Formats: sequence, C-alpha cells, structure tokens
Amino acid sequence: MNAHSDTAHHEGKNYLNHERGLWSWLTTTDHKRIGLLYLYSILTFFLAGGVFALLMRTELARAGADIIQNPEVYNVYFTLHGVLMIFMFIVPGIPATMGNFLLPLMIGAKDVAFPRLNLFSWYIYVIGAVMAGFALIHPPDTGWTFYAPYSIKSGSSVVLMTAAAFVLGFSSILTGLNFIVTIHKLRAPGMTWFRLPVFVWGTYATAVIQTLATPVVGMTLVLLLMERVMGVGVFNPDLGGDPVLFEHLFWFYSHPVVYIMVLPAFGVIGEIIPVFSRKPLFGYKAVVFASVAIAGVSFIVWAHHMFVAGISDTAAKVFSILTFGVAIPTAVKVFNWVSTMYKGSITFATPMLYAIAFVFLFMIAGTTGIYLATLATDVFYHDTYFVVAHFHYTIQGGAVIGLIAALHFWFPKMSGKMYNETLAKIAFVLVVVGFNLTFLPQFVLGMEGMPRRYYDYPPEFQTLHTISTIGAFINGIGYTWALLNLAFAALFGKVKAPANPFNSLSLEWQTSSPPPHENFHTVPEVTDYPYAYGRPLSYENH
Amino acid sequence: MSHASAQPLKGPPHIHHMDSVTAYHAAKLGMWLFLATEILLFAVLFTAFAIYRWYNLEEFHAGSHHLNWILGMTNTAVLLFSSFTAALAVDAGQKGNNKAVVKLVGVTIACGAIFLIIKYFEYSSKYHHGYFPGQANYLEFKNFLGLYYCMTGLHALHVIIGMGLLTWVLLKAKKDRFSHDYYTPVEIGALYWHLVDLIWIYLFPLLYLVG
Amino acid sequence: MAHNSHSSHAADHSELGHIIPFAVYRNVLIILLILTIITVAVSRVDFGVLNIVVAMAIASVKAGIVAAYFMHLKYENPIIWIYVLFPIILLFLMMGGIFVDNPTRRDPKIYYEVPAATENQSATNH
Repeated sequence: MNAHSDTAHHEGKNYLNHERGLWSWLTTTDHKRIGLLYLYSILTFFLAGGVFALLMRTELARAGADIIQNPEVYNVYFTLHGVLMIFMFIVPGIPATMGNFLLPLMIGAKDVAFPRLNLFSWYIYVIGAVMAGFALIHPPDTGWTFYAPYSIKSGSSVVLMTAAAFVLGFSSILTGLNFIVTIHKLRAPGMTWFRLPVFVWGTYATAVIQTLATPVVGMTLVLLLMERVMGVGVFNPDLGGDPVLFEHLFWFYSHPVVYIMVLPAFGVIGEIIPVFSRKPLFGYKAVVFASVAIAGVSFIVWAHHMFVAGISDTAAKVFSILTFGVAIPTAVKVFNWVSTMYKGSITFATPMLYAIAFVFLFMIAGTTGIYLATLATDVFYHDTYFVVAHFHYTIQGGAVIGLIAALHFWFPKMSGKMYNETLAKIAFVLVVVGFNLTFLPQFVLGMEGMPRRYYDYPPEFQTLHTISTIGAFINGIGYTWALLNLAFAALFGKVKAPANPFNSLSLEWQTSSPPPHENFHTVPEVTDYPYAYGRPLSYENH
Repeated sequence: MSHASAQPLKGPPHIHHMDSVTAYHAAKLGMWLFLATEILLFAVLFTAFAIYRWYNLEEFHAGSHHLNWILGMTNTAVLLFSSFTAALAVDAGQKGNNKAVVKLVGVTIACGAIFLIIKYFEYSSKYHHGYFPGQANYLEFKNFLGLYYCMTGLHALHVIIGMGLLTWVLLKAKKDRFSHDYYTPVEIGALYWHLVDLIWIYLFPLLYLVG
Repeated sequence: MAHNSHSSHAADHSELGHIIPFAVYRNVLIILLILTIITVAVSRVDFGVLNIVVAMAIASVKAGIVAAYFMHLKYENPIIWIYVLFPIILLFLMMGGIFVDNPTRRDPKIYYEVPAATENQSATNH
C-alpha cells in the first residue's frame, strides 16, 4: 500500500460510526455525510424518473393506445420524467454527491468552507422536492422546459412546479458558492492550482456555472409565476409580451446546465483513466483549460435550442457558428483521455469499463450534436427522436454513466467495503447494451421523421420502437443491478477495503477507508500533481 | 482546543476546520459570490427591460413620466445615506466599537423602513388610479408597468431581507460581540445592504427619468 | 482568547479588512448625492437615443464609487474583482444575444398580427 497512508493507527473510528442514529445524520455538518444524504435523495428520484421512462416506453412498444388511453397522460409522464431527472437527479447528481464527498478530501481540507450552509442547501433541496411532490396532485403537462405561452395557460399546477424548480435552483446556487469558496480558501499546504485533481477543476467550473447561471432561470421562472398569478404581461403575447424571450432566458441557464451535468463527469473520467492505465494524465493543463473553456463557451451558445422557434436568421447563424466552438475543448478532452490510455498498462476494472464506455458514448453524443448545430439539418431534426437520442447520449451516456463510474471507483472509500467485481461487470454489460439498444434506434426513428412527445405513431415505426423499448428495460435492469450490487456490498459485504485499493496518487486515497470524521489525521503536505504514475498496477481483482 | 468553556464573549468564534483569518476571507468571498448571483437575478429584468423598451419606446417614455421622480429621488438619497451609515458601521466594527455599530446599523434599518414607506405610497397611488395588473388603465403602459412592478417589487423584497440581516447584526452588536479581530457579520450585512443601494442606483434613472 | 491564541495574534488589521478614514466616507456620500442631482438635471436635456447611455454612464460611476469605497472593493484581492466582473459580462452577453435576435427579426409586428392576417386569408378563400 501507499507509503504516505496513515491508516495503521486510528482503526475503528470513521465518519460513518463517528456518531450514530438518524438524528445525527439529519443534523450533520460533515461534508461526507451530506454527500451521502444527497446520494440517497437523488437515487430515489432517479428511480422515480426511471419508472416514468419505462411507462412511456411500455406505451410506445406497440403502435396504438396500450396502457395510456388519454394523450394528456403521456404529456404528464414526459414532463415528470424530465423534471425528476433534470432538476432532482442529474443537476445535483455528481456535484452534490461526489463533489460534496470528495472535494475537501481531494484538496486536503477538513470540510467545505461553510458546513452549515451545506446542510442547509440539502434541506432546501428536500423542500423543493416536497413542493414538486405536491405539484403531482395536478401534475403539470408542459414538459420540463415550461415554455410560454402554453405554461401561462395550462390548467395544471405549473405554479407549484416552477416554484419547486426555483427552490431546487437555490439549493444548487448555495452548493456551487460553497465549493468555489472551499477551493479558493481551503487547499492544503502545497496544493497549488495546477496540482488540483481534474475532478476538482471540473467541480470548480461546474460550481461557477451553478452559481452564476442558476439565478437567471430562477428569475425567469419567477417572471412566469408573476405572469400566471398577476398577469404582468412579460411573456404573454396577449399583453404585448414576447414568448420567445422566455425561451432565450430559459436556455441562457438551461444550456449551461447540461455542462453542470457533464463537466463533473469529465472530471470523474479524468481521475479514473490514469489510475487504471498507470500513466500520467496526458496534457493535464489542456484538460484543465478545456474544462474552463467549456464553462465559458457554454454561456454563449444557448439559442441553438431555438433555431426554429422564431428567432431571426441572423441570430440563428451567429449561434450556430458559436455552437461549433464547443466541439474544440470537448475534443481536446477526448484526445487527452485516449492518449492517456495509449500504451498504458490498462486494467479493465469496472470503473475503467464505465470510463471507456463514457468516451465512446460521449463521442456519439458529440458528433450527433454537430447535425443539430447545423442550421439546415436542424430544421429537419428539430423536435424529432434524433434530438431525444442525442440528448440522452450526452446526459445518460455522459453524466449518468459518469456518476455510476464514480460510484464504483470511490465506493471503497465511501463505504469501506469492496463490491463484487463480477456482478458489477455483468451490470455494466446490461447498462451499456441496454442503453445503446434504447437510443441508437431513436436516431434512425428521428431521421425517418418520428416526432418526439407523441404517445402513438404510424405502424412503419413499429420495429424500431419495439427494439427501443426492449433496450430501455435492459437498461433499467442494468442500473438496478449495479446499484443493488453496491448497496448489498455496503450493507452485507465481508471484504474490507484497504485505504488505497486502486493505488491512486490522489489525496483522498491517502487517508483510511472510510475516512475519519476529520478527513486526515495529520494535515497533508502536497508536493506533486496527482498523476505521476509510472509504476505497474498492483491492483487485485476482489 | 479542548477547553469546555462557552463561546468567548469577544473574538472570533471557534471553527474546527479553518483559522479565523481564513474564515473571515472565506465569508467575504462567499458574500461577494452571493452578490454576483443577485446581480444576475436582476440581470434578467434589465434584459427584459432593454428589449421591451426597444419594442415600445413611446410607451416607456410615457410610462416613465407617470412615475413621481421626486419620490424616486428622495428614495435614492435615503438609500445612499443608509449605505453611508452601513459603511460607517463596518468601520465601527473594525474598531470594535459595538455601541457605534448598534447606532449606525439602527439608522440604516430606519432608512430602509423610510424607503419602504415611500414605496408603499407610490404603489397605493398607482393602485388607486387603476394602474395595477388586471386593472383598467394597466394596458396603457403594460410592458413598462409590468417590469416596473417586477423590478421595484424584487428590490423591495431585498430591502426587507437586508433589514432582517441587519437586525441580526444589531442584536449581535448589542451583545458586544464584535472586536477588531471579529466583525464578519457587520461586514457581510453591510455588503448585502450596499447591493440594495447599487441596484437602486440603476433603477432610479431607468424607471423614473429616462424610461 | 485562550483557545485560538495562534490566530488572534496573527489577525491584525492588515490581514482582515482595510480601514478607511471617516473623511473619505463623508466625501463619497457628498459626491454620490451631487451625482444624483446631476442625474436628474441631465435627464431634462434631450440627447436623443443617447439619453439612456448618459443616464446609465452616470449610474455606473455612482455604482463604481459605492463598490470601491463603501464596499471596500478597491482593497479586495483580484479573485473578488473577477467575480464582480463575471456577472456583469454575463449580463452583456445575455443582452447581446437577445439583441442579435429581436432587432434582426424581419418585422416584429407580424408576430402580433398573425390572427388578423389568417382571418383575411380565410375570408378571401371563401
């Protein structure tokens, strides 16, 4: 094991058994416990959102009305799937769970800068989730985008749902703010900016977007509320408002938000690949600058969601050109990951498998994005299954796979146990095969002209839809399997994890597994960046 | 570190994960970041204002002349003065003069109250003349008035939150909590209050004068 | 303070906030009030389309003074400067993007008068 680890002493006490009882969890200010609180919450909503996805896929398995007789119900299903998955699962997804758990450990701090604020943001998140729960009494049918003017007129509980989204956004802002201050002020001695792990850089870029983009959508949703409650006439065309302005303001946040989802996943992949390739991360600084560049560019491309929504030709051209710019830093990252693996001594452990899958899936996501950024093709692809497939390749193939990879990679650190590697690999196969089976046919469906958000379709789309539904169920079984495998290992696992099972050089592995309440028994001293690999891996298959 | 004694009456509170100087700078950076989010909250309204003004220039001019600029200017002066007293409160905090902090923060809160009272008279006069959303005359200047209510309403909400924050500071100062090495709450509260002033500096000419 | 003596002797004024003399605060208040009067006075003069530019320019000077002296921004470290500038840049990006769109739409009026147009069309068709 690693020479720097100070695990020989202090056996027994760690953050999990430092205090006991439900109350100690609900009042904890320990970033590791708050990370776990977030993890349990988001996985609950992942499950709920997944149920709605499978309900939709079941309806779409055959042409004609099967389980859904009323098209309005289908509108509710895709709205709830979107709201649950976006606002409650994947936006807090990696930053609030893995970020909370890992950030202070990785920079050698005892906690985040404002521990009580951190707990407070979890409670705000829970309040937002409860509000969204109450909105289910009359579930909204606007789609997760709440587009005006329909959202002004829809009879469903848009008010409660947008208020919930506002509250959830506030939680996101406070988390981001906390992370920025933590990274600026609480780095361990010797932890200079260019010795930070790339996950920290990814989290930093994410935190900047969280803090500075979320208020925009918050205010936009408040204006929508004012419009509905008082009729101020900001978005309502009957009162001289411009509904396209809502789309502008909405996407000003909601495009950067996809980078909130995926930038931390980039960071996760950047951590996993060097460890399992036993090679230094290729072009560390390029990866770092690419993260920052993606965060910057994300603010100036939003109107590519609106090419056919009534914006002017000039604006469409400008935003199309700007959108192509995203490809550059993203491609830099992909090349860096692949170059890191080149001639490496690769171990195909589960986290590494997910990381490689991530690179493949994200490349498909990126290249199909080019078609959507191109004006002429987007007119054709807009609002078809092509967009649905592209989006799910970025978000599920990117962010969700990134989260699952992170859960497997840091599971020994979080739980102090090892999971069953064989079962985890079977789950991996199910996830990846199921995912591609679900969404590759949807590219074809989109090109053939199948519009999204319909509960029924002409018989010629039958075969591909059926394949897609089968894939969705395999995908769902895969995720359930993977998470149950981890849960089982955490609860009943017999194999104790060593401090550094994967022989990583990053700081969080230099403390015991699970870490003590105070993270480190002695303040760590940092002398190098965390990717100075060059030795063969002594990783054993548990 | 292992003293069982209660919180010290003066000096920085003990925090387990960083020293007090870092804690001060962390709190200040955190507050500035929060102010950045507040600026972006208002940025949406400024953007909407800019675009609707471009669409309906005449309506915005006419609507602007409908507002009472004398009341607006009075409120500007009130807020500028309150910002001045808030800045002096921080100065008093830096010198550990808790009595002065109580007085100056008290004056700041009072200025906030005066601002809200004047605002209340402006709103109620608008309401009586039928310029509220849903009322008869509202459609005359609908885009202008819609944004006027959203902007000033959100600003007034910030005044109220700021007064709450400063009340918390005032109570701490009454307990003689601040000293030359610990005055973070005064500084944080004052920063928030200055933001309220900053926003109004833009709202006043935008809404009352130029339109 | 017994239990953090190591930090309190380190915490002298140079490490915490900067102290500004009272006269500076007083002068700043006077300048701000004068600028407020100038704002009102200038609004009586018609600069045409530049009216709003002039008003916003004076407001920005006032805001800059408040930030620099009342908020001590002048004495803060660069990272705070960056996070003050960032939202302002984003505001301009947001406005910029939307102003690339709306004014270049062919005729904004057609978006409002669509119902009337279709009525005419259906009338001629009948």
